[in-house]
Amino acid sequence: MAIKIEMPKLSDTMEEGVIASWNVSEGDKVEAGDIIAEVETDKATMEVEAFDEGTVLKILVGEGDAVPLGGLMAVLGEEGEDISDILDGAGSDASAQKEGAKESKSENKEEAKSKSSSGLTSPKSEPSTSSPSDNGRIKASPLARSMADDRGIDLSRVDGSGPGGRIIKADIENYKEAAQPAAASAPSQSFKSLESKEIKVSQMRKTIARRLSESKFSNPHFYETIDIDMKAAVQARASMNEANDVKISFNDIVVKACAIALTRHPYVNSSWLGDTIKQHADVHVAVAVAIEEGLMTPVINHADQKGLAQISSETRELAGLARDRKLQPEQMEGSTFTISNLGMFGIEEFTAIINPPNACILAVGAIRDVPVVENGEVVPGKRMKVTLSSDHRIVDGAKAAEFLNTVKNLLENPLSMLL
Amino acid sequence: MAELQFREAIKEAIDEEMAREEKVFIMGEEVAEYNGAYKATEGLLDKYGYKRVIDTPISELGFAGIGVGAAMNGLRPIVEFMTFNFAVLAADQIINHASKAGYMTGGQISMPIVFRGPNASAGQLGATHSVAYDSMYAHFPGLKVIYTSEPDDAKGLLKSAIRDDNPVLFMESEQMYGMKGEVSDEEDYIIPIGKGKIKREGSDVTVVAHGKMYHVAKQAAAQLEKDGVEVEIIDPRTVKPLDLPLIIESIKKTNRCVVVDEAHPFAGFAAEIGFLIQREAFDYLDAPVQRVTLPDVNAPFSKPLFDAWLPSAKNVIDAVNQVTYRN
Repeated sequence: MAIKIEMPKLSDTMEEGVIASWNVSEGDKVEAGDIIAEVETDKATMEVEAFDEGTVLKILVGEGDAVPLGGLMAVLGEEGEDISDILDGAGSDASAQKEGAKESKSENKEEAKSKSSSGLTSPKSEPSTSSPSDNGRIKASPLARSMADDRGIDLSRVDGSGPGGRIIKADIENYKEAAQPAAASAPSQSFKSLESKEIKVSQMRKTIARRLSESKFSNPHFYETIDIDMKAAVQARASMNEANDVKISFNDIVVKACAIALTRHPYVNSSWLGDTIKQHADVHVAVAVAIEEGLMTPVINHADQKGLAQISSETRELAGLARDRKLQPEQMEGSTFTISNLGMFGIEEFTAIINPPNACILAVGAIRDVPVVENGEVVPGKRMKVTLSSDHRIVDGAKAAEFLNTVKNLLENPLSMLL
Repeated sequence: MAELQFREAIKEAIDEEMAREEKVFIMGEEVAEYNGAYKATEGLLDKYGYKRVIDTPISELGFAGIGVGAAMNGLRPIVEFMTFNFAVLAADQIINHASKAGYMTGGQISMPIVFRGPNASAGQLGATHSVAYDSMYAHFPGLKVIYTSEPDDAKGLLKSAIRDDNPVLFMESEQMYGMKGEVSDEEDYIIPIGKGKIKREGSDVTVVAHGKMYHVAKQAAAQLEKDGVEVEIIDPRTVKPLDLPLIIESIKKTNRCVVVDEAHPFAGFAAEIGFLIQREAFDYLDAPVQRVTLPDVNAPFSKPLFDAWLPSAKNVIDAVNQVTYRN
């Protein structure tokens, strides 16, 4: 009895997964619970387990290839079992490949020699970096090939949207050549020109691009900045860190202040659902964490009910997991508000893009030593600017200002957070 | 234009040709006294008499042979089979004699004969009454094969077939005899053999469909139009000789093709078209050519099984979605 291994839903928002690596090859025996592949989702690299035992009869997608949710990745079964009907029914992907015309000869004869006999993609031993291809052969419809020829487009730079990554007419039509720098007119001195690079967009970058574009282009953002006196908070943090093993950061204090403010301003702790606005029962604060490939937003659940020490240790742990790409989807989902802090980079103030489905995001700047006027005297002061980006469909200007003033009051009187 | 049933269009063609040329005569089971098993020869006995409208016994090989002999001797017979499913009994006369007589005598003998009757399935008639033979006869050199889908084509092409000095198989369908359509009332209306027709203009995909399958393709195209897919339907009308240039021109425009055929898949009409397209239009293809055919299974008698067996509009839609990468 053959068993289909299909792309599992590894996160709420995932639509497809990219095979980062196969841990098994065709012909290998696997036990239930064996990790057979690593899959890159929009958020993390996750392990895919076998739920049954059997022999890997067929691997249908290569490393680096994207597979839609529920798409067939591999087939398990008993050795020698006939699985042609499964392959026939393997959705448009496999059947189109099976019935598909043999692609035209690749320019590169060497590459053509290594064509797999079945016409199905065999897994490659090395992860691919170019567009999906069959042992280095690029799959393209004959029309797409001749169009690319006519336009001088290098097929290896085009992402194929057809079955098995086949490049089709629409892909060539939609292909935008990366802007080439205009030739300089008669240079008077010679410059060394370096090779420009085209980096394949990772699943994470794709997700960032899609979600933040959707947010920025469809949610009417407006911004309000407030300057907060951090003198008391600086002192409070210093005395807490002296007395404690855990080291509280300013960001932890901001998380706590926002969480308390959110309980008092439920319209900020909301989501736009089209016909209704959902005011969330709980306060879950996401913290933006920068990592090499992009950024992640792990969530501190019930931040309003947690102490600073707990917020601090959780944030530290989640940020570590984020940098190692080990965050589980449930650790990134369900936020009701997000904080993005660039203070450690010396950024004075900035505006952030709302993290859907939140109503607002708080952009936190650095604490600055500035001269301030107190009782008619110029004295040294510590100030921090925060900017709230709000979705005007949910939150209006005065409401956002009220929320910001609550945050300001809490931060300027940190002891009040203990109440 | 006059609105005629398919059977009336056929009768008009035969009638006009019999009136024009007295060497033309028709023979077959029930063509005379009974006015035709499907009433495609209604009134011809009264008009032309027993000498030119001849009832035969149930003996396909026998009367097909009489037809072949008559054609050798200069007459222009129209041989009606009650169904092409039974004409396999006369295959020796059609394939070994009619198609080769001119060739084997160095052109001394001509073979102006038309074999006509219903082809392919007609509902629950069982496995031996449901086969499409156009692909099979088109396989043999020397035979012309026509399988039309609409009354207008039937009239214009049957007149051409009767006038042709070579053996022509002219195929109809029990399920289309009652179908009505506008027929040209042009005097002596002729459609040349080997000319297909673009029956629906579209830019997204070319669907090649003839005979009964044209109507299935038409249904699918109407459904697909609602989804924003513009289907171009080409009815080749003549299976052999085939109007390949018309199909290729269309594919150069749409870049995708689905062939719908009422026959089984192996070495059938759809397979031939698929081969010709990849040879002639390879660089214009954006997807492999798909075909919608019967399965490689004999016709079932059971209604639900039969309905699943026959190519449907849904099958065509699925194939179009596949070649247009919409699934």
